[in-house]
Amino acid sequence: MKFETPATTNPIDRLKVIGQPIHRIDGELKTTGRAMYAYEWHDPNTPYAYGYPVGAAIAKGRINAMDVTAAKSAPGVLAVVTTLDVGKRKKGKFNTANLFGGDEVQHYHQAIAVVVAETFEEARAAAALVKADYAEERGTFDLSAERRAAKKPDESQEPDTAVGDFEAAFRSASVTLDQSYTTPDQSHAMMEPHASIAAWNGDEVTVWTSSQMIDWWRSDLATTLGVDKGKIHLMSPFIGGGFGGKLFLRADAVLAAFGAKAANRPVKVALPRPFVINNTTHRPATIQRIRIGAERNGKITAIAHESWSGDLPGGGLETAVNQTRLLYAGANRMTAMRLVTLDLPEGNAMRAPGEAPGLMALEIAIDEMAERVGMDPIEFRIVNDTQVDPEKPERPFSHRDLIGCLKLGADRFGWSNRPKVGSRREGDWLIGMGVAAAFRNNLVLPSGARVKLDRQGVVTVETDMTDIGTGSYTIIAQTAAEMMGVGIDKVAVQLGDSRFPVSAGSGGQFGANSSTSGVYAACIKLRDAIAQKLGFNSGDAVFENGIVRSGNRSVPLAEAAGPGGLVGEDTMEWGDLAKTHQQSTFGAHFVEVGVDVATGETRIRRMLTVCAAGRILNPITARSQVIGAMTMGAGGALSEELAVDTRRGFFVNHDLAGYEVPVHADIPHQEVVFMAETDPMSSPMKAKGVGELGLCGVAAAITNAIYNATGVRVRHYPITLDKLIGGLPDVA
Amino acid sequence: MRAFTYERASSVEAAAKAAASNPEAKFIAGGTNLLDLMKLEIETPTHLIDVNGLGLDKIEATPEGGLRIGALVRNTDLAAHETVRRDYGLLSRALVAGASGQLRNRATTAGNLLQRTRCPYFYDPNQPCNKRQPGSGCSAIGGFSRQHAVVGVSDACIATHPSDMAIAMRALDATVETVKADGSRRAIPIADFHRLPGDTPHIETVLERGEFITAVLLPSPVGGKHIYRKVRDRASYAFALVSIGAIIHPDGTGRVAVGGIAHKPWRVEAAEAELPKGARAAARGILADARPTEQNRFKVDLVERALGAVLSEARG
Ligand SMILES: Cc1cc2nc3c(=O)[nH]c(=O)nc-3n(C[C@H](O)[C@H](O)[C@H](O)COP(=O)(O)OP(=O)(O)OC[C@H]3O[C@@H](n4cnc5c(N)ncnc54)[C@H](O)[C@@H]3O)c2cc1C
Ligand code: SF4
Repeated sequence: MKFETPATTNPIDRLKVIGQPIHRIDGELKTTGRAMYAYEWHDPNTPYAYGYPVGAAIAKGRINAMDVTAAKSAPGVLAVVTTLDVGKRKKGKFNTANLFGGDEVQHYHQAIAVVVAETFEEARAAAALVKADYAEERGTFDLSAERRAAKKPDESQEPDTAVGDFEAAFRSASVTLDQSYTTPDQSHAMMEPHASIAAWNGDEVTVWTSSQMIDWWRSDLATTLGVDKGKIHLMSPFIGGGFGGKLFLRADAVLAAFGAKAANRPVKVALPRPFVINNTTHRPATIQRIRIGAERNGKITAIAHESWSGDLPGGGLETAVNQTRLLYAGANRMTAMRLVTLDLPEGNAMRAPGEAPGLMALEIAIDEMAERVGMDPIEFRIVNDTQVDPEKPERPFSHRDLIGCLKLGADRFGWSNRPKVGSRREGDWLIGMGVAAAFRNNLVLPSGARVKLDRQGVVTVETDMTDIGTGSYTIIAQTAAEMMGVGIDKVAVQLGDSRFPVSAGSGGQFGANSSTSGVYAACIKLRDAIAQKLGFNSGDAVFENGIVRSGNRSVPLAEAAGPGGLVGEDTMEWGDLAKTHQQSTFGAHFVEVGVDVATGETRIRRMLTVCAAGRILNPITARSQVIGAMTMGAGGALSEELAVDTRRGFFVNHDLAGYEVPVHADIPHQEVVFMAETDPMSSPMKAKGVGELGLCGVAAAITNAIYNATGVRVRHYPITLDKLIGGLPDVA
Repeated sequence: MRAFTYERASSVEAAAKAAASNPEAKFIAGGTNLLDLMKLEIETPTHLIDVNGLGLDKIEATPEGGLRIGALVRNTDLAAHETVRRDYGLLSRALVAGASGQLRNRATTAGNLLQRTRCPYFYDPNQPCNKRQPGSGCSAIGGFSRQHAVVGVSDACIATHPSDMAIAMRALDATVETVKADGSRRAIPIADFHRLPGDTPHIETVLERGEFITAVLLPSPVGGKHIYRKVRDRASYAFALVSIGAIIHPDGTGRVAVGGIAHKPWRVEAAEAELPKGARAAARGILADARPTEQNRFKVDLVERALGAVLSEARG
């Protein structure tokens, strides 16, 4: 099915199951420990062996030689495979650095060997015995030092845009702002590290892994191993968090496959936590410059956003200016992104790539600008709202209710009680409130599904869609139940298996809308098959309460299925509605913080996020996405930073003691409100993504609240106490 | 982790002797620090002597009116002990400010004193570190040093001792009671127990090889207000950037030990005389000769500010 014209009324609009607060259908499996994550697959009759990775000890250079004699003769060792043994491989389409193979070291902790042994402990001990002789080369690791050498990337990365005459408009504006902001490198820090089990059967290999994108992994694994894609069977039914860190094939799967081949046994490989940080991908740091010019009445006349980020040769931009191309009006505008070569581990997508760090800066700038023009920051945003793409005014937004979010949020949060800067104190706490807009584009990808109806009237959905903790199982079951007119207890969902139709996968907040649309399409096929079998006109067949009805004939679905059952399979494809209409999601974050007047410690007291993200398929799982994102934003604002050692070229704080994500005590009362809306331009589900929206802008709202509390404006994340105490009142 | 042999010690003396007879042996108490270090091969004992079953898990009153805390008393139990909460509130507060509930359930009094630094370079065997590999250099100097020490540092090492409990012990003038390998006993004032890094940052305490901690003794209670203020980047489960362990009397006199700034719990008795004059004067004495790095210079201000908050809390 191709979605080419705006959705009209369809069976989803019945909202008997869709939109209902249904608990996760896989919740019981997860809370009772029966959901099998990649490393946990365990067939008692399978003689698993354990692989442990060895990472490069330098950031850049070549490996002259490796000595694995000691490792090979260590107790329990079955095989040692080195990067020199396997030689240079073809690189997967989605990888920037090589995962394994060849003598080149492109970044610290790049995999250089895997040691396979009878037990995990034996493998780990032997891995420490692998020796490598390096020819170290000088690398570049310091974004700010290298900024001058930044280059404009090729046009496919869309580095620049410009409309009108920014410079002139900025020069003549009555009120201006010109500031720089920085965001640090960040780690996905998901709970479940990357892990895989590989088992060969002749020239075929089955890999249980933790992947957001089954088909991408499968293709890239085929390329890297040099085997036919058809020989690879990939399974990833449960994923303990990904946040973009599991979008692309990673070394665990490659090492498991090579290790299993060498040991002639199924092999399990999990990346140790430090490898999650230096072996896999991260969100690249940015330096951003924002200039805004406005009239005294608050109307923006000029806006410019430039960003610098780094990556390995062949890598890409952190697209931190993208939201600025769309979020606020202003006749004269420019954006530009430049790329620096850095020999740090590969930069790549992390939850809301681009928008998350971009809004961390832009939404501080907007707060600063509002103050300069003497307006409330909500009012300032409302004055500069736009209902069309400001760079291409002929493209309207499909639906945009940023103003509604801001107004409703202000009301719910008690925004009118916001104190004057630095004026409210409770005991040792300086109290402040902040606001920021949330913005994230709504993306869609083709998504396929197969839906089966059996003689018991049970509907089974099969798709290679993944559930990375987001609730895919549940919303897919809801979609099938709604479409087929059955209760959710009559739907089974099977995900994350490469034998199933290729789906959108999980990422870029495209998963929910795209994958349920694929299920919608497959259900339409199944409905047609049922109607045809019964001789009904599919146009007027009604599927309801486990029955299909047409005129005065009605047949239970179980009976309609017959002994052989019926199947519908289809892929949702997308027309050009996304080109003619800008599809985005919007929100508003409100935060109240307390800052300790003596120590500068910031503690969040309240958070509210209002989201306008199309139809909410399930308010429970959607809320869970948003509060998780708000929590991630709190980490981004206050503590998360990969510390770069600019001499040795690696992230130093490579464990969860050093890379501080929020703990429960950091997270206060969180409230989430969804605007009641639908977006018929987005899909037959009329839904949009929400999983990343919740992260976009939170950190700036926190930073703005800190400013409101203390009068100290910090433009360099994370906002740790050392950046505040210099501006706090004397307490000694 | 390297393969190791394991024994359960039958007595304190046997434990000390077993350790003395094998230079590669280590005691294991709660294991919350040692096992992590063994997994990373930062510690590579070939033999572990489990000292959990020696009956050293009691807290008893001493004839002098103080407390004798068995070396194996768990952090949770120590923090919850009625006398500790009443008379040594600082200790209780420092303990519960550390680690997490699960860790405190395992962690022991002796193990806590002997926990090793959290310098991230110490944890990465690919990086030079004088503490891990004497003579290899110090990566933190000129590197990522935000968490590191500002006083008592050397050109060889700027690591901190990360314990919260030890800060309270220092302010309370605790004494560490030990048995040496030859069976002789000694009592080491906490002030002398931990060493500054100097040229030998790998030697962290004055304990001799095989010397075993049996207890920590607290003198009789000194009264005053007991305040432990731990300053950190997140609200829980983080090591201190700076912590202040203070006992302040109504007349403004008192004692202060500071965490997060040195290779040992930092207390400058001479500076305590300045306490009645306020935080600035006292902090100046505490941080005399401070040698911060670019990244941790803020700790100098932070000590003064945190102490200011503590003194105003004490004034109540
Ligand atoms: C994630 C995490 C967070 C933490 N956060 C904090 C924190 O915020 N604040 C804090 O203060 N601490 C913190 N800790 C450290 C924790 O307090 C220590 O790990 C714990 O106190 C060590 O005690 P243990 O009994 O487990 O020691 P073990 O690991 O068993 O032993 C530590 C050392 O002491 C030696 N040893 C043990 N008993 C004796 C004895 N009787 N005589 C001689 N030698 C002995 C061992 O040989 C070993 O070298 C944290 C630890 C972790 C893992
Ligand atoms: S500060 Fe000490 S522990 Fe850290 S790298 Fe330097 S020598 Fe090693």
